[in-house]
Amino acid sequence: MMREEYFELFELKPSFNIDLAKLETNYRAIQSASHPDRFVTALSAEKLASMQTATLANEAYLTLKNPANRAKYLLSLQGIDAVKETNTHMPAEFLMQQMEWREAIDDAKTARDVTALESLLSEMQQAAKVLQTELTSLIDVKKDYVLATDATRKLIFIDKVCTDINKIIELIE
Amino acid sequence: MALLQISEPGSSSAPHQHKLAVGIDLGTTNSLVASVRSGLTSVLLDDDGHSLLPSVVRYVDDASIDVGYSAQTAQSTDPLNTIISVKRFMGRGLKDIDVSTQPYHFVDDGMLKIETRAGIKSPVEISAEILKTLKTRAEKTLGGELVGAVITVPAYFDDAQRQATKDAARLAGLNVLRLLNEPTAAAVAYGLDNGAEGTYVIYDLGGGTFDVSILKLAKGVFEVLATNGDSALGGDDFDRRIFCWTLETSHCSPLNAGDTRLLLTKAREAKEWLTDHASAQITCKLSSGDVIDLTLTTKQFIELTQTLVAKTLTPIKKALRDAALCIDDIKGVVMVGGATRMPQIRLAVADYFKQTPLTNLDPDKVVALGAAIQANTLAGNKSDSDVLLLDVIPLSLGLETMGGLVEKVIPRNSTLPIARAQEFTTFKDGQTAMSIHVLQGERELVADCRSLAKFELRGIPAMVAGSARIRVTFTVDADGLLSVSARETLSNVEANIVVKPSYGLSEEQILAMLKSSFGAAESDKNARMLAEAKVDATSLILAIKAALQQDADLLSTTELAAIESQLQAFETLTQSGDAHAIHTATEALNTATEAFAAKRMDKSVSAALAGRDLTTLEI
Repeated sequence: MMREEYFELFELKPSFNIDLAKLETNYRAIQSASHPDRFVTALSAEKLASMQTATLANEAYLTLKNPANRAKYLLSLQGIDAVKETNTHMPAEFLMQQMEWREAIDDAKTARDVTALESLLSEMQQAAKVLQTELTSLIDVKKDYVLATDATRKLIFIDKVCTDINKIIELIE
Repeated sequence: MALLQISEPGSSSAPHQHKLAVGIDLGTTNSLVASVRSGLTSVLLDDDGHSLLPSVVRYVDDASIDVGYSAQTAQSTDPLNTIISVKRFMGRGLKDIDVSTQPYHFVDDGMLKIETRAGIKSPVEISAEILKTLKTRAEKTLGGELVGAVITVPAYFDDAQRQATKDAARLAGLNVLRLLNEPTAAAVAYGLDNGAEGTYVIYDLGGGTFDVSILKLAKGVFEVLATNGDSALGGDDFDRRIFCWTLETSHCSPLNAGDTRLLLTKAREAKEWLTDHASAQITCKLSSGDVIDLTLTTKQFIELTQTLVAKTLTPIKKALRDAALCIDDIKGVVMVGGATRMPQIRLAVADYFKQTPLTNLDPDKVVALGAAIQANTLAGNKSDSDVLLLDVIPLSLGLETMGGLVEKVIPRNSTLPIARAQEFTTFKDGQTAMSIHVLQGERELVADCRSLAKFELRGIPAMVAGSARIRVTFTVDADGLLSVSARETLSNVEANIVVKPSYGLSEEQILAMLKSSFGAAESDKNARMLAEAKVDATSLILAIKAALQQDADLLSTTELAAIESQLQAFETLTQSGDAHAIHTATEALNTATEAFAAKRMDKSVSAALAGRDLTTLEI
């Protein structure tokens, strides 16, 4: 099969800070050439190649587009599994922050307060942005993969909580 | 597929020959067929000049079946054998529907079926009758056999409902080029007509389903960002509100099936009348002799249906949230489906999005037109307006885990095609089988999601508990249909999968139905099979030769020699009269060229990326 490495597939340099516009343009170019819609009347061998390439492109695009997934993927290229169960190290201050967020979410959920939930969402998105700046420095410049793993775990945690908040808002509405 | 290429031996692969392909909107209330002819897209009409075919099937007696207007006129006199809105039953079980509002004699056979005077019929068979009628209409109008059809489905249809639709098309003898989501089809018709770019919302309220899709329209690519909806909400429900109001207001005693149907028809007529008038008269005489004569004002109608209208706003909010967009990001809202003619719907949508919705295309026809454009492209007819559609899976796919919980494997709104693998292990020492339950839906409990299938993995090598590594791969294709494969990764044993669709027909049932509907003699069948196999073989040879001419340099000398010698042997074999041998060799040759096909794909992807670089440079 073709270029398995996600960055190479989109002709990008492996880094945390990437050209998102180029990612999107190249993703669309690859889909235009490989999507199963282009091979509806083709031979089965060509259909298979189309399916494999389009699927790979979708998975790769999804991985690189999302900052948390991108960081996790970059670390995996270094042989680090950021979400491994033994990888539980998390600074105490972040654990405190986590608990505060969880409590605030529970309170807002009980009060069915969508506005409070939405302001929590934007607070977390702000925190995510700070982490992304950190990751650019840690991965792209310092190549400090130990600290980068910590930051990635925080980012993954924030992503998960944002999903949970959205689910709660959906339930209330 | 081969069958369709029999036009003229030798010339069938001529590049300029226009292939006949249609788009079919298989609707709850009405169905349509459309096609692109000489660059123009139009809906095909029946002999009386009607574009719509009412989605009504009547089993008149054992031998004859009425479809469309003639069936519709009999719906209150023969309600038990006249099936309307069958789309609501596709891929459903008896527990999924409100039986009390339906006149039919239902049969619970895992999936829901209906007892008629012509026997017990599944929704798949009933839908196939509608599709057959449209196929005949198209072949008559276009003057030839169809290469294939694009059939539209509500974006919010789950796997079982999609599979049922595809099965119905197969039963009707149609080659399905693609199942296309209705809002996406509408976007194709709308976007191409208007040269639109930007992010659009498609609000599609049909007879029995509601869909909302958010699409990013850009030159050449239409990307679905999120979709949501309610596959049991539509114009029918507005009729039912009027119907209930009529019963309450006129203090009628419980009605028989014929009267129910009559009153529902009157309700529908009143709803349609209210689109352009301030009040509607509901007048009819029941079989008991009672006369109903009521006036329904627009104001009353709006009050009766305001909860229904509000119900459509929730999926919109969800889709916007999934796409991480707000109302200001939306450039336009396209209205699709006959039910969007109701003024209160248009007002509610305008109010929510703070802009007037777009209604310049006929909401009844836009889906069929878009499907026809896509069918034309997929069949390989070149046109200037080719767009690539990137669609998504509407509902998450997951697996049952301990305690009746669902673990998501593929989240909703993932772009198709997609594949995800999940690893499992054994629970007991020496365990050689395990059962896996696949579900679709957003809820956490198994009981709240739709059960798609239960798989039994057998032949797992006996090991200590927890040491087997069973990798189950879920693949969802561009039709939104799921397939599953499994392997034990330590010993590399491919596990056998027993698929038991929770709803829908098994492969054997479909084959049996196809067999009985053809009823051809055995000798005919063999001749047909040989002809098919030969056509398949010929097109394979031509295609491989063309590929070699273009890209032989991608192969090493040994690889090239291997393919060439296999091709030569294959050409000799195709002269024989052994359909089975030709068929087997065709498959083998296809497999043998997989690596070559992958290299060619790699090359065209590189070319596409290089082409992109050039255009960037030019700017």
